[in-house]
Amino acid sequence: MGKINTFLTRTRGRNGPDIMDWLTYGYLFLGVALMFGPVLWLLASSFKTEAELNSFPPRLLPYKQEMITVTGYDDPLPLYIVTEGEHAGRTVAQVKRIGLSAKVLDPENPTETFKIKTSEREAVERVALATENYTELFEKFDFLRYFWNSTFITLTATIIMLIFNSMAAFALSKYEFRGRTIVLALVIGVLMVPQTVVLVPLFMIAKELYLIDTLWGVILPGAATPTGVFLLRQYMLTIPDEILDAARMDKASEWKIYWRIILPLSAPAIAVLAILAIMWRWNDFLWPLIALSRNENYTLQLALNSFQGELDTEWSNLLAMTILTLTPIALVFAFLQKYIATGIASTGGK
Amino acid sequence: MLGLLTSIMRVFEIPMAFLQRILGIKHLAWVFLAPNLILFFLFAFLPVFLNVVYALTGGDQILLRDRAFVGADNFAVLASCDNYLDPNTCQKDLFWRAVHNTGWFIVLQIGFMIGFSLLTALVLNRDIRARGFFRSVFFFPVLLSPVVVALIWKWILQRHGLMNAGLDAMGLEPVLWMLEREWTFFWSVFLSIWAHMGFYTLILLAGLQAIPRDVYEAALMDAATPFRTFSRITLPLLMPTMLVVMVLALIKGVQTFDEVYAFSGGGPGSATTLLIQYVYETGFAGAPRLFGLASAASIMLALVLVVLTGLQLWATRKNADG
Repeated sequence: MGKINTFLTRTRGRNGPDIMDWLTYGYLFLGVALMFGPVLWLLASSFKTEAELNSFPPRLLPYKQEMITVTGYDDPLPLYIVTEGEHAGRTVAQVKRIGLSAKVLDPENPTETFKIKTSEREAVERVALATENYTELFEKFDFLRYFWNSTFITLTATIIMLIFNSMAAFALSKYEFRGRTIVLALVIGVLMVPQTVVLVPLFMIAKELYLIDTLWGVILPGAATPTGVFLLRQYMLTIPDEILDAARMDKASEWKIYWRIILPLSAPAIAVLAILAIMWRWNDFLWPLIALSRNENYTLQLALNSFQGELDTEWSNLLAMTILTLTPIALVFAFLQKYIATGIASTGGK
Repeated sequence: MLGLLTSIMRVFEIPMAFLQRILGIKHLAWVFLAPNLILFFLFAFLPVFLNVVYALTGGDQILLRDRAFVGADNFAVLASCDNYLDPNTCQKDLFWRAVHNTGWFIVLQIGFMIGFSLLTALVLNRDIRARGFFRSVFFFPVLLSPVVVALIWKWILQRHGLMNAGLDAMGLEPVLWMLEREWTFFWSVFLSIWAHMGFYTLILLAGLQAIPRDVYEAALMDAATPFRTFSRITLPLLMPTMLVVMVLALIKGVQTFDEVYAFSGGGPGSATTLLIQYVYETGFAGAPRLFGLASAASIMLALVLVVLTGLQLWATRKNADG
């Protein structure tokens, strides 16, 4: 117990690494394994063939069975090495499997076939990436369609949100008008009503507006966020009003002041909000699940979820699709992680 | 992209100038507010009122004119229960099972998540190398989509998965994780902690870094034991942040749906069915679509959330003041 206390409370350790430092780095590397490991495992698995994915225990690297084209047979035949019995040591190609034995031939002498037991052979394999897991997504599945739906929803919703929220934030930070306090209270009120608790009426309103089963039905309900208004207003309050007065002196219209002066000056806050919005929209799940019903309107998230429910969907394609779904967010994170961390910390998530 | 935005903005210049001339600068604020307020009205305020209307009407029709007034029937049906601790004695046993599941879910999730977040924040706050790297390692699952999180763990926990390979290597029997109620529930809690922990770690780390150094130096001067330093300085000074974190985690916890639904579909049986999933399935996935019941259930949830959000605003303000 004493050691744990020391571990928890030490702020700086001197005189080289002591037990506390070992525990600290032990914890951190355990964390790396637990946080990164599963994703790396998914990535490695996504390059394995379906047969490899179904074998147990799983192996770290992706292997593929060697195939050989033999004259007289249309399809390439899988290669095996015989481990026991009279043909031990020979490399053979399998023509057909019959129960516990297999009909094989010697590739160098394709006319002569013979039988071996399946327990007496081993597949000839080499390390190879099963890239067909990915290419099939474009051939067998409508991947590009889902990708486009997700991209369209994410970008459109983000742009609308940035414009609408910054306009509202501009009004709430730079104008003195009667009713401002009420509007601010209303915005806080919206904060208390997440989509999750008003699903039924939201569905009805979207239906009445002919938005159900359209991409706009996903874009519009989430386009105005109280979080965005607050974040931008907070930032705009720090912009001195003298700038506005000077612009008005020069006969600039209010709209011009908004988008030519205030918007560029709020760029840091806008950037944070844009990243958050992209993340929220790209990962959005519950409302799209309700609002979109035709397969051709599915976002990537919905497509992923529905494929994993289908019995005939193979893990190989599902894993590849998962990787492609998380890649855009991973890229955003890799390049903009500093903004994301500050943005999320300052808005309280959602 | 920027060019497109610029041209969008320029289109509005003339109509806005016109509005400015007829309304005057003072009233222009409402023009700037209008788009946002219209969306707020349509997709936030109106739904709150309509939610009550739906909860007070019955039938499986979505249009209000086709629905019959039934008074508090929907609430009565949901609340009718011989023993609230045993969902099987309730008329809507699935609802109460979802309530129980959600209750256990948030107790376990929040307890362990805040524990681990605090431990991680304390470790990250030490004098370590590559702090930025380690911080982002713990943080990055926050960005993954719930469906991706669910699939990552589903893949590890499937019959031939990594977890069973590990058990096999240790000479243990493989477990069908997704077919056993307790295990599925455990992993649901686990994956939601895995996915969200980084966010709370980040907030707690910021809280730790806001504690002034000289307080610790004074404690060192007084030869305070590390345990006393932690319990008398770190913990009390971190309490406001802890409060914010706890309330935030509660607000999100009661609304958990995405990752658990994608992970287990609420099963096996109803072992991991949470409240939002009950609302979703009652209103949208099952037949007949019982919109009234779904609304009544979500109103109960909304009341909890209003209290929690009030708490959040209070805690945030307290944190900012203190």
